[in-house]
Amino acid sequence: MISVAGLNKSFGGTPVLRDITLDIAPGERVVVIGPSGTGKSTLLRCLNFLDRPDSGTVRIGDLSVDAARATRPEILALRRRTGFVFQNYALFANRTARQNITEALVTVKGQTAEKANATADRILAEIGLADRGDSYPSALSGGQQQRVGIGRAMALDAELLLFDEPTSALDPEWVGEVLDLMRKLAETRQTMLVVTHEMQFAREIADRIVFMDEGRVVEEAPPDRFFDAPEDPRTRAFLRRVTDTR
Amino acid sequence: MEGLNLDYMLGLLPVLLSYVPLTLFMAVTGMAFALILAALLAVERVVRVPVLDWFVRLFISFFRGTPLLVQLFLFYFGLPQVLGFLAGINGVTATIMGLTLHFSAYMAESIRAAILGVDRSQWEAAEAVGMTRGQMMRRIILPQAARVAAPTLVNYFIDMVKSTSLAFTLGVTELMGAAQKEAAGSFLYFEAFLVVAAIYWILVEALSFGQRRLEILLNRAHAR
Ligand SMILES: Nc1ncnc2c1ncn2[C@@H]1O[C@H](COP(=O)(O)OP(=O)(O)OP(=O)(O)O)[C@@H](O)[C@H]1O
Ligand SMILES: [Mg+2]
Repeated sequence: MISVAGLNKSFGGTPVLRDITLDIAPGERVVVIGPSGTGKSTLLRCLNFLDRPDSGTVRIGDLSVDAARATRPEILALRRRTGFVFQNYALFANRTARQNITEALVTVKGQTAEKANATADRILAEIGLADRGDSYPSALSGGQQQRVGIGRAMALDAELLLFDEPTSALDPEWVGEVLDLMRKLAETRQTMLVVTHEMQFAREIADRIVFMDEGRVVEEAPPDRFFDAPEDPRTRAFLRRVTDTR
Repeated sequence: MEGLNLDYMLGLLPVLLSYVPLTLFMAVTGMAFALILAALLAVERVVRVPVLDWFVRLFISFFRGTPLLVQLFLFYFGLPQVLGFLAGINGVTATIMGLTLHFSAYMAESIRAAILGVDRSQWEAAEAVGMTRGQMMRRIILPQAARVAAPTLVNYFIDMVKSTSLAFTLGVTELMGAAQKEAAGSFLYFEAFLVVAAIYWILVEALSFGQRRLEILLNRAHAR
């Protein structure tokens, strides 16, 4: 069980997250949507303390971290239970695709190179890049880089995978292959928290949609109910806007 | 002006060349220590450990702010008077020490700039997979910073090779000291120092060639 309780975060006195409370069941696939600047990225980054929350607790399984007195080892432990997929891929530039996958397995998890490489073989095949393992990120297309980014997170066997708009930086031609990979991953019932603007995709894979506005969770519901019968006026206004621009 | 005594110069060349290994030894050893020290200083300057940061800044300021010759005299002639255990220090050791401290201060600043130039996404990705700060620095940030800083660091190495000639002032018979002795015997100062100049020049040209190759190599790495 993953639960976030009373999470608050301000930047320079401006509140960005206001008292966020959110539970995610094991195997649940939750999609977060909302207007730009609403704090979706900040929420994800607060869950693994890339941004340190001002207050609140983040609990993953038996590990509970209170932002007010989080210690360095607690933060590392939390990060080791989560995987993060960045909008701009953020692959290690000095590592090949394969090494991007093995790096944390060896340095963080202490696996042997042999075991890590076996995992990398499996992951490279799953992300459809079995023949590009020795390529450096700069030699890969955006779509290929993001698939490695997802593979790197998958390899960690994390209890929760966080995706921050994984297709927003991609040229349109590469969006499909990344979404396909995420669909495959969702089918394995990997616990995921995904921020995305891809509404159709959200509807397909989500067990639940969370709508955020101005740092608050405004509405959460299963996708059918969320898209077909939204309750909050802000949700309705947002959905009208995004469907209008289609 | 009389003609150059070419025979003398040709005869002197092998004699002086036999001192090149000592010059390179001082430079390579100094560089190795300076690199390690500079990396530590640079990381500290980026992380800014309280109190320690103050000492590091003082260190860098002092060794950049005073001439290498003055520093060498301080180590060789001055410090042994105050610190007993340095009493027997020989000229070569004092030179290596001086070169290490002096150049590490400069190199720390270029490594620091290179570290800060590594894209923020690299730091965040390393943090997100749960690396400790040490792992992040060693495995992700420093290797990328090294690529950027390498050409500059080779410049400092070239400078260091030339600066080993100051060991002569501490009584070390290295390239410069040997030439001085030979010249004093033959009175052919111009010829002797011309040979020394030529040797340094060729050494530096060889290193510059290596530097250009290194840059090509570094630009190609991570590309495929
Ligand atoms: N490091 C930071 N320093 C200052 N302000 C920040 C920082 N990070 C985010 N913010 C501010 O916090 C607010 C929420 O940002 P966030 O990136 O979480 O929004 P978002 O919902 O992810 O938006 P988008 O859909 O555009 O990605 C914005 O107003 C942003 O300017
Ligand atoms: Mg965002």
